[in-house]
Amino acid sequence: MSRLGSIGVRLYRGEIGYDFVAKRKFWYAVSILITITAIVGLAVRGLNMGIEFKGGAVFSTPAKSNASVSVAQESAQESSGHHAIVQELGNGSLRIQVSELDTASATKVQKQLSTDLNIPVDKIDAELVGPSWGEQIANKAWTGLGIFMVLVVIYLAIAFEWRMAIAALIALIHDLTITVGVYALVGFEVTPGTVIGLLTILGYSLYDTVVVFDGLKEGAVGITKQSQRTYSEVANRSLNATLVRSINTTIVALLPVAGLLFIGGGFLGAGMLNDISLSLFVGLAAGAYSSIFIATPLVADLKEREPQMKALRKRVLAKRAAAHARGDFSDEGDDPSHGDGDDPEPSDGPFDAAPAVAAGPSSPVVGPRGRGRGRSSGRRR
Amino acid sequence: MAAPNRGRRPAGAQGKPGRTLVLILIAMVALTGGMFLSGHTTPRLGIDLAGGTTITLKAEAEPGKESAVNETNMNTAVGIIERRVNGLGVSEAEVQTQGRENIIVNIPKGTDSEQARKQVGTTAQLYFRPVVTVAAGGATPQQPPSPAPSASSKDKATDPDKAGDKASPSASGKPSASATAQGRAVTEGLKAPATTSPSPAASSKAADPKATQSPAPAPTPTGAPATTALDKQFATLNCMDAKSRATIGDGAKPENPMVACGSNDGGKNWEKYILGPAELDGKDVEDAKGQMDQQRGIWIVTMDFTKGGAKKFTKITSKLSAQQSPQNQFAIVLDGEVVSAPQVNQTLSANAEISGNFKQQEAQDLGNILSYGALPLSFEEQSVTTVSAALGSEQLKAGLIAGAIGLALVIIYLVAYYRGLAAIAILSLFVSAGLTYSLMALLGPGIGFALNLPAVCGAIVAIGITADSFIVYFERIRDEIREGRTLRPAVERAWPRARRTILVSDFVSFLAAAVLFLVTVGKVQGFAFTLGLTTLLDVVVVFFFTKPLMTIMARTPFFAGGHPWSGLDPKRLGAKPPLRRTRRTSAPTEPKEA
Repeated sequence: MSRLGSIGVRLYRGEIGYDFVAKRKFWYAVSILITITAIVGLAVRGLNMGIEFKGGAVFSTPAKSNASVSVAQESAQESSGHHAIVQELGNGSLRIQVSELDTASATKVQKQLSTDLNIPVDKIDAELVGPSWGEQIANKAWTGLGIFMVLVVIYLAIAFEWRMAIAALIALIHDLTITVGVYALVGFEVTPGTVIGLLTILGYSLYDTVVVFDGLKEGAVGITKQSQRTYSEVANRSLNATLVRSINTTIVALLPVAGLLFIGGGFLGAGMLNDISLSLFVGLAAGAYSSIFIATPLVADLKEREPQMKALRKRVLAKRAAAHARGDFSDEGDDPSHGDGDDPEPSDGPFDAAPAVAAGPSSPVVGPRGRGRGRSSGRRR
Repeated sequence: MAAPNRGRRPAGAQGKPGRTLVLILIAMVALTGGMFLSGHTTPRLGIDLAGGTTITLKAEAEPGKESAVNETNMNTAVGIIERRVNGLGVSEAEVQTQGRENIIVNIPKGTDSEQARKQVGTTAQLYFRPVVTVAAGGATPQQPPSPAPSASSKDKATDPDKAGDKASPSASGKPSASATAQGRAVTEGLKAPATTSPSPAASSKAADPKATQSPAPAPTPTGAPATTALDKQFATLNCMDAKSRATIGDGAKPENPMVACGSNDGGKNWEKYILGPAELDGKDVEDAKGQMDQQRGIWIVTMDFTKGGAKKFTKITSKLSAQQSPQNQFAIVLDGEVVSAPQVNQTLSANAEISGNFKQQEAQDLGNILSYGALPLSFEEQSVTTVSAALGSEQLKAGLIAGAIGLALVIIYLVAYYRGLAAIAILSLFVSAGLTYSLMALLGPGIGFALNLPAVCGAIVAIGITADSFIVYFERIRDEIREGRTLRPAVERAWPRARRTILVSDFVSFLAAAVLFLVTVGKVQGFAFTLGLTTLLDVVVVFFFTKPLMTIMARTPFFAGGHPWSGLDPKRLGAKPPLRRTRRTSAPTEPKEA
């Protein structure tokens, strides 16, 4: 831990840090590239929808045929190239469902099953089967998603501000697009499990973004009252300060899913697990990535357009130029001696978190007031 | 949510952390105890993991209407059956068409398949028809029933409170018509509290507008029925015979008068009716539910009408109330059988109820069925048989093994990074997992909750999200220590802010769960339920377990002394120089959050 721990300290202190916001153009480009790939993949290859959505063919073996489930599954899967769902009925017959087959390949599957299971072809019934996840379910799911997105934007706009709401929404769409795109590219079958996985991501992606924004909001309290840092710099500082939390959370959430995907799906060969855990894995990773690399820089971008923030930037730059002229350039105003920007009364800050911050210089997020300066804290006491 | 001044009582919470811990432990013990007492020690598994029962239904084409068995109607039927068997979306039942005229319903193991069969098989074609004639159920020529004295129930609609009182007088005045024929539910069946149901979506295709205009085309004086053919049918009908009961209502068009049977006492005695054309049908019902009538102590099904339905209902009841008995009776006909035929004494609106000698389950099932509407086709049950799991046990096993390995990795990581603090995190995770497990096990029999493979995966991810709450809190504490505080003040100061973050972010998750649960159906709804449950548990665990445990642990020398293995060693965390630290500690703890 000590190594990682000390990195944590230094991140927290702002001694080290990655300039997420300044390098945002690069990460935007990366994301756009990935998103385009995903969309192209989606357009070209399309999604391989499972039998649950599209329906397919169902083959039934006669009662008391005592055919083996695993043999039937293998046989049907190999001859059709699709997932097969095999169930044994109470009377000993098998029900084998295969998605989307035309008549020719259905016959092929039927023949293959007949050979492998040792049952005459005419004893195997073939019928079309409808989707169990019908249009009605899908339509309602879309409606639900739409309503949720509207509500969440409204909520975030109230709890934070509209810029953050928009950034969170963009990040969310980014995550979902990437995940869906990966499905198109890998060609895994989309099952109800996949959809559930996608919905889980929807929840997680927003959750993660909100945690990061919460830190950002706190860090930006009273930002207009100082002339040490621009909004982008403050945003970057808060990102770095919450970075340890972001990394830890992502690792903790990803490890079990990675277990499902690589061990459960890979080594133990559980097909359905692959479908679900892949969407979860990709989505969780994308969600963590977008909160840091996309959502927050986007907020900074939007914020910098605000007249107040523009003015702030001007002030900061002017001050730095002056300091530079004096040959006393202080990097980002991080030098403790620069306490003059501190605002002892930050409660008039733009956000309701102000009182909590006012209670002490304890902000883990590097605030604009120069964090943890003994002097300022002494003043307050 | 998460307003800054929210919960300004950390003093209380921090003062008695032990009490909070005891509370949650009691809750855990209670849940686990309930789990063992009810005998459901494992969550019910979905059909993909545990198999279940499969019911094959075959659409029955009515003579002359073979074309009704088409794709559209089949799909509508699938949608309705799906909602009937999976009303809350958590039961994991699957419904699909097979071939041209079959519908397959898969129900996970452990569901009451008898009940399910009833639910899927009932057509639920509901009509409201005015009564023309009523007689004892036998095949004997009918006696015109003497008018039922209805004076007693005059004020009924205006004063629902009195409904109970009236039950007895009106009971005595029931169609004494027939000593044999117990007039069924005559008086109490229709009740209309003065509210109107403000429901949108008024559709009433089946109720022929013409029929609506002329509410009672048949009500010629008692004993002079509408048509002779009907009369003859009525005379020969023997309602005591189950077979003729079952077939008599078949093929009756809503716009024509019909003959039907009904029983008032759960099937011992039967009456037969001649009924006028349908005035309202199931589509005019907005919502229905089975509930206990407190005054009478019986189970009834109440129905709220749609706007259009309420209008029609008002119209017809105002006409009926002017009639003599039995023509002031309004029969509620379900699948060709009269389930209730109350008298109408004044104009009613908005809602009605069916009181037909129901058991609790029957009333609730009927309410459920009526809410989701009638099937466009009638179905015959072809086969009911067990079906094995689609995924098989090895999939679940693989999933569990992989999940366990993943969790072990999480624990290793937490220990490596948080050291002593990891013990608190891991304990919290176990509490969270224990609560989730026992709740899911209890919800199986409770609301038919079933776990499928995606839900198992979702639960594993949820554990990661729960862990995030601890991580947020721990990082805050460490930040406070870096500021130079000693552990106890750090723990208390970190909490309000960690709490805010946790509440805001969990609120977003909960919002997703609530919206999806309310709007969607089927598996998505089931997912929303699980998400909402785990989100709530996250908040519960962090507030009532992690935080108090942390407070207690902060008092132990191991943590407070900053033992290198505690994960809170100020030196390792790079705390401020001791000089300032001492000053800090001597300072009285400030208001946690002002």
